[in-house]
Amino acid sequence: MTSQSEVGKQTRDGAQPLLSIRNLAKSFGKNRVLRDISLEIAQAEFLTILGESGSGKTTLLRIIAGFETADSGEILMEGERLDLLPPYRRRVNTVFQHYALFPHLTVAENVGYGLQVAKAPKDEIAARVEQALTMVKMTAQAKAKPAKISGGQQQRIALARALVNRPKILLLDEPLSALDANLRRQMQVELKSLQREVGIAFVFVTHDQEEAMVMSDRIALLRMGELEQVAPPREIYSRPATAYTAQFIGHTNLLRGEVHEGVVRCGSLDWPVDLPDGPVLYSLRPENVRLIKAGAGGPGVNVVRFRGRVRHRAFHGSTEMLQVECVDGLKLSVRASAIEQRSDELELEFSPQDAVPVRESEERV
Amino acid sequence: MFSRAYRLVITLPPLLWVAVFLLVPYALLFCYSFWSVSADQVILHSWSLDNYRELLHVHVYLQTLFRSMWIAARVTIFSLLLGYPLAYYLSFHAGARKDLFYQLVIIPLWVSYLVRAYAWKTILGSDGVLNTLLQYVHLTRHPLEFLLYSPFAVVLTLTHIYTPFAFLPIYASLEHIPRNLVEASHDLGASPRQTFWRVILPLSIPGVLAGATFAFVLSLGDFLAPLLLGGPSGIMISNIVVSLFGAAYNWPLGAAISLCMLLLVLGLLFLSENLEKKWSFR
Repeated sequence: MTSQSEVGKQTRDGAQPLLSIRNLAKSFGKNRVLRDISLEIAQAEFLTILGESGSGKTTLLRIIAGFETADSGEILMEGERLDLLPPYRRRVNTVFQHYALFPHLTVAENVGYGLQVAKAPKDEIAARVEQALTMVKMTAQAKAKPAKISGGQQQRIALARALVNRPKILLLDEPLSALDANLRRQMQVELKSLQREVGIAFVFVTHDQEEAMVMSDRIALLRMGELEQVAPPREIYSRPATAYTAQFIGHTNLLRGEVHEGVVRCGSLDWPVDLPDGPVLYSLRPENVRLIKAGAGGPGVNVVRFRGRVRHRAFHGSTEMLQVECVDGLKLSVRASAIEQRSDELELEFSPQDAVPVRESEERV
Repeated sequence: MFSRAYRLVITLPPLLWVAVFLLVPYALLFCYSFWSVSADQVILHSWSLDNYRELLHVHVYLQTLFRSMWIAARVTIFSLLLGYPLAYYLSFHAGARKDLFYQLVIIPLWVSYLVRAYAWKTILGSDGVLNTLLQYVHLTRHPLEFLLYSPFAVVLTLTHIYTPFAFLPIYASLEHIPRNLVEASHDLGASPRQTFWRVILPLSIPGVLAGATFAFVLSLGDFLAPLLLGGPSGIMISNIVVSLFGAAYNWPLGAAISLCMLLLVLGLLFLSENLEKKWSFR
C-alpha cells in the first residue's frame, strides 16, 4: 500500500518530469480544497484530473495556471520554481471552460493575442496564426467575431489561441462540458490526436470518467482534495486501489469479506487467497461475472460458482445489466449480453483473480 | 394576456402626462421661436426666421454657446479622468469594501445641488476656506481672486457634481466584463498593463461614452453653477435663456436658443447611442 503523498509520483518513464507538484495545499476560509497534493507530469503526456464537483480539480488547475496561489507546497517546471511566477510569465496556457474568447477581437486577432503582447514580428504572427487556424480547420472564419461562430468552433479557437504560443503545458478546464453529446465525442477524438501531433503535455480537467478513459495516458483521480489514485486508464479500471476509485470509474460490486486461514468468505461465496487473516473488501466488475448455460459441465478449476435470481434488468443496447440476488441475500450487478429469452434462475461464476482487493475510502471532512 | 381596455387604462395616464407637460410645451416653444416681440412688449404672432438670424449674427450668443461647450467639454474630461480610475479601482481591486465605496460615491447625489454649489462658494471665496488656508501657511499674501466667479469655479463645481454620473455607467460596464477574459489575457502572457489597454479599456468604451454623454449634456445645460460661481466671465448659454425668458422678456429669442440647444443635445445622444452600439459585442 502506497502512502498518500506517494500516489502521484510515478511517471510513465524514468526521465525528469516536466512538472512536479509537491505537497500542495489550499484552503478557502475553513474549506480545505486541496490537501497535500503531489503529482508529476511527464513530457508530452495526456494527464486527466478526474473528480466530482467540489473535489478541488479546478482549483488545482488554477494554481498551475497561476490564478490562485497555494497555501503551502511548491510547483516545479523542469526543475525550476513555477509557482513564484505571475500567470503571464508561465509557459503554460489554458483553454477555459467557457472559452473566454475576447469579444471585441476577431478570431484571428484572438489567436494572435499571445504573440501580439509578446511583440512578435508582424509577418511571424500572421504565419503562425494561419498555421494554428489550419490546425483546427478554422481558416474560413478568421475575420469573424467570436459571437458569430458556434460553440464547437469557439472551442477550436480557444484551443488554437492557447497552442499558438507553444506552451510547455496546455491546461484544459472541462472544455467539452458545454458541447452536446455527439460533438463532444468527436472533439474527444480530435483533441487526443491533436495532442499526439503537437507533442505538448495536456492537463485535462473533467468530471466525466468516460471522457477521462477515452483520452488519457494517465488519470489522476481526486477526491475531496486528495489524490485517490494516479494510473493509466486500463490499470485504474482493472486494478482500482480504493473502494471509491472502483465505484467512481465504471460500475462495480463491492464484496465485504473475512479472510481466515487462506480462504476468504463473502456471504455464501468463498475462494482461496494469499492474504493475512482479517476483514477485506473486494471490487468485482459486473462484466467479470459470467452466466453459465444450462447443462454445461461442472465448475472448472479455480472459479467461484453460485446460483442467483434476477431481481431487475436494465437494457443498455448490446448488453444488459442484471441485478442478481444470491441465496443468502447478497446482491450483485452482472453485465450480460442482451438475449431476450432468459430464465430468472441463473447459475453464475467468476474467477477469483478478477476480484480485486481494495482499500476502504476513509471519510474526510 | 391583458385585455385591450386594461392596457389602455394603464398606458393612458403616463401618455397624457408626457403629452401635456412635455410635447405641448415643446410645440409651443417651437412656435414661439418663429414669433417676435413688439417694442411695447407684446408677443407678435407673425412667422419669421428673424430670431435664428439674430442668433447667428449677434456675437455674444454664439460666443457664450461655444464657451458653454468648452466648459462642458472640460467638465466631461475631468469627470472621466476622476470617474474612470475610481470605477476601475472599485470594480477590480476594492475586494470586500466594494459596496461601501460604491455607497460613498453615491451619497453625494442625495445632497441638494444647491448645497454643493454653495459649499464651493464658501471654499473658493476671497474669505473662503482655501484662501484663508493659503494665507495662513504664507503661500499667498492676498486672496486669489480667480478662484471664485470664474470659469474655473464653474468647471470645478460641475466636475464635482457630475463625476458620479460619469462614474456610474463606467462602473456598470466594468462590472460586466467577464473576469475570465482578464485571466485569459494574463494566461496568454499579457501583463496587467497590457491587459488593461487591450481588453479592459476597449470593453468598457460603451460605459465611457454613456458617462461622457451624461457629464457633457448635463453641464452644457447647467445654469445654477455659473449663476452662483461663474461671475461675468463664467456666464453660460442657459443663463442667457433664463434672462431672455425673465427680465429681458424676449420669449421668442429664448425659445430659438432653447430649440438649438435641444437639437444639439439630441444630436449628441443619437451619436453616442450609435457609437455605443458599435462598441458593444454581446
